[in-house]
Amino acid sequence: MVVVIVLIALVVLLVAGVTFVAVGRARRGGVELEPPATPTLRRATAPGPTAEPTDELVAEVEDALAPVAEPEVLEAPRRPSFRERLSKARGTFAGFLGRTKIDEGTWDELEEALLRADVGIGPTTELVEVLRARVKAEGLDSASQLIEAVKDEMKQRLAVADRSLRFDEGRTNVWLFVGVNGVGKTTTVGKVGKHQAAEGRRVVMAAGDTFRAAAAEQLTTWAERAGADLVRGAEGADPSSIIFDAIESAAAKGADLVLADTAGRLHTKTNLMEELRKVKRVASKEPGHVTEVLLVLDATTGQNGLVQAKQFTEAVEVTGVVLTKLDGSAKGGIVFAIQSQLGIPVKLVGLGETADDLVDFDPDEFVEALFAT
Amino acid sequence: MQGWSGSIGTRMFESLSDRFDGIFKSLRGKGRLGAAEVDEVLREIRLALLEADVNFGVVRGLVERIRERTVGAEISQALNPAQQVVDIVHQELIATLGGETIRITYADRPPTVILMAGLQGSGKTTNSAKLARWFKQQGRNPMLVGADLQRPAAVQQLRTLARQIDVPVFSADDAIVASGQGDPVAVARDSVAEARRLGRDVLIVDTAGRLAIDAELMEQVRQISEVTAPRYTFLVVDAMTGQDAVTVAESFHQTLELDGVILTKLDGDARGGAALSVKEVVGRPIAFASTGEKLADFDLFHPDRLAGRILGMGDVLTLIDKAKEAFDEDQAVDAANRMLEGQFTLEDFLEQMQQVKKMGNIGNLAKLIPGMPKELKNQEIDDREISRIEGIIHSMTLHERRNPKLIDGSRRLRIATGSGVTTTEVNALLKQFDEVQKMMKGLGGKMLQRKTKKGAKKGKKGGRVTPKGPQLELPSAPAKTPFTLPGLN
Repeated sequence: MVVVIVLIALVVLLVAGVTFVAVGRARRGGVELEPPATPTLRRATAPGPTAEPTDELVAEVEDALAPVAEPEVLEAPRRPSFRERLSKARGTFAGFLGRTKIDEGTWDELEEALLRADVGIGPTTELVEVLRARVKAEGLDSASQLIEAVKDEMKQRLAVADRSLRFDEGRTNVWLFVGVNGVGKTTTVGKVGKHQAAEGRRVVMAAGDTFRAAAAEQLTTWAERAGADLVRGAEGADPSSIIFDAIESAAAKGADLVLADTAGRLHTKTNLMEELRKVKRVASKEPGHVTEVLLVLDATTGQNGLVQAKQFTEAVEVTGVVLTKLDGSAKGGIVFAIQSQLGIPVKLVGLGETADDLVDFDPDEFVEALFAT
Repeated sequence: MQGWSGSIGTRMFESLSDRFDGIFKSLRGKGRLGAAEVDEVLREIRLALLEADVNFGVVRGLVERIRERTVGAEISQALNPAQQVVDIVHQELIATLGGETIRITYADRPPTVILMAGLQGSGKTTNSAKLARWFKQQGRNPMLVGADLQRPAAVQQLRTLARQIDVPVFSADDAIVASGQGDPVAVARDSVAEARRLGRDVLIVDTAGRLAIDAELMEQVRQISEVTAPRYTFLVVDAMTGQDAVTVAESFHQTLELDGVILTKLDGDARGGAALSVKEVVGRPIAFASTGEKLADFDLFHPDRLAGRILGMGDVLTLIDKAKEAFDEDQAVDAANRMLEGQFTLEDFLEQMQQVKKMGNIGNLAKLIPGMPKELKNQEIDDREISRIEGIIHSMTLHERRNPKLIDGSRRLRIATGSGVTTTEVNALLKQFDEVQKMMKGLGGKMLQRKTKKGAKKGKKGGRVTPKGPQLELPSAPAKTPFTLPGLN
């Protein structure tokens, strides 16, 4: 009780103090701000050189009208494998492959490679310690043996009994997609919808992102591509009620899967995380049956990814991670920490723009691809 | 499987100063930092920077520079040596981030074109609109260009945002946009002429997100740059980006010759080390920072703030953001004033407690306060405890809350019964509250003394000193201030 009282007093003091300082500083800072270079030159009338549409322009507009190859049409008939896609990115561990003996340089390079892949200093140090012990105990002496041992350790850490998406027959399954801004939630909902519809499930998409401008329109495009139904509300509407509407509509129509998009939110925003809790509570009400809460995570994310996973799990019990944008140069190593610390498995991986580029996560291929040269 | 949380995990989010404390305990009595101590300190710095997502290669360079400055540095007797090293690191980070804010200049022949580029999801569209708003505030006439014809509804998103700030958007016809087959290069080229026709002097071109390794799309953005001849090309970078930030920045810089970086999503708790990496490898400044979801949450970048954040020196900014959402400013200042004067009542306390509760778990808040003693920082606090305190105060009459001295045996029993606790607990609360009140009053006295001293030296700056106590006064706002107060809208 003592602590609480002291803390509240301190927080109040601090807030007041900071408010005070911030106001003072902003006022001062404001004066230093560069004024626009030519404030007096603002024209009241239209500027001099006015370009009339010319023939050239018309031609350009026609250019704009010319059809450009539609990516959907070019989709490969089968889903690309992990390794194929990831081999684009250069092999992380190429450097020390050339060495034959294990020396301090080898260890430094191993550490560097892991850190550069965003594995994080904690898991990296732990891996290196374990490997040093193994090298000693098993008498490994060549770099290639060490690489095999690294792979082995990493695969072990990513191993999980079941990473399929849970679906209970005969129920209105709800899969909730959550995450911070800009990780690709809406796109992922669209892609998952397309797959699930192709597998014969009746899918309803719920446009639960009522905050970002035109998020619902973006999902509408995906719903059309997937042949799924879409339930949407007005911008700024309560996401819980839209998602609940979608669930009721799905139940009425006999659709068995509701994919609920949510607005991107930083895990530090208490009120938005509270909103998300409510979304899940409401979605769990009959006839809704939440079977997956998927945290969408951008592969370029660094160490903050672990904090995100922690906070979202605390709020809505995340059941799996969707790792997006892994087709870039980022390695997505933060999933090691997420899996080993929080026990949340990666379920899907995004390897490109089309729906078929969203594939099941395979830890063996993921690790092998990291080591590919 | 054995986790790594035991040995290293707990240290993960300790601030650099905390980490140094241990090292410096063994240093007492020595006037200088020896090579061994420096090595140890540098190891900690390296860890802190890596945890903050500063690129591996960049960390190496930084640590070397810090080594040069630290070896043989005099440790003055008066100052805390840990703090001194932290200061060196802090200064080095600020220097690396670029000491000053960018100064935007305008093209002689309008429009001044600004090209926005970056990975998917970094925040290009939103920040295009934010930038347009910023230029509008500078007295300019911006126009937005929707050249992201790839992501479904991206142009629509831009139009919606533009409507909020009353800025026109130029893009392809709706039908073409909807088809997903428009040519962004043509749109960009036409936009320049359109801007001239409409008398728009700043043109902000929003482009589609693209991967740095996608040769085809990188060529497309190069063409957009060619036809629009931008005065500024900004790379939009998510503050949460990890090691990859360097690769991305290098590729974009190679293709587009960047002029600066816009750092987004700084309102989260990512340390933002990526900014340091990008600045270091590209050599261009961080121009703007986006610190919230509202279009107004955007301003010129301040290197010193981020440097402190990367080092984990508390995070007052996050705390302000939280407070901004929960607190009524005037009320908080008022309450703090009464607290320092020792006139803080249980009634005030109850009121403030409700506000603090809105900011989230009180234990988590404590971690954000810089300089918070470790014992308080690591305390797990149960929200139910707060409810119990509330319950006890709620069971008091208004009279009692204002003057707890009134509470005698029978009143105490009534309060205890009313809130379902024992009289001992009621007693404990009253006693603790009394102590905090005294403590605050003491603090108020000290602050008063310091303020007066300062005031004598520097003249009156900041709070005005009244005989009653150290009044925290908000400087009254000038009638019209064109600048938004960071953290205070």
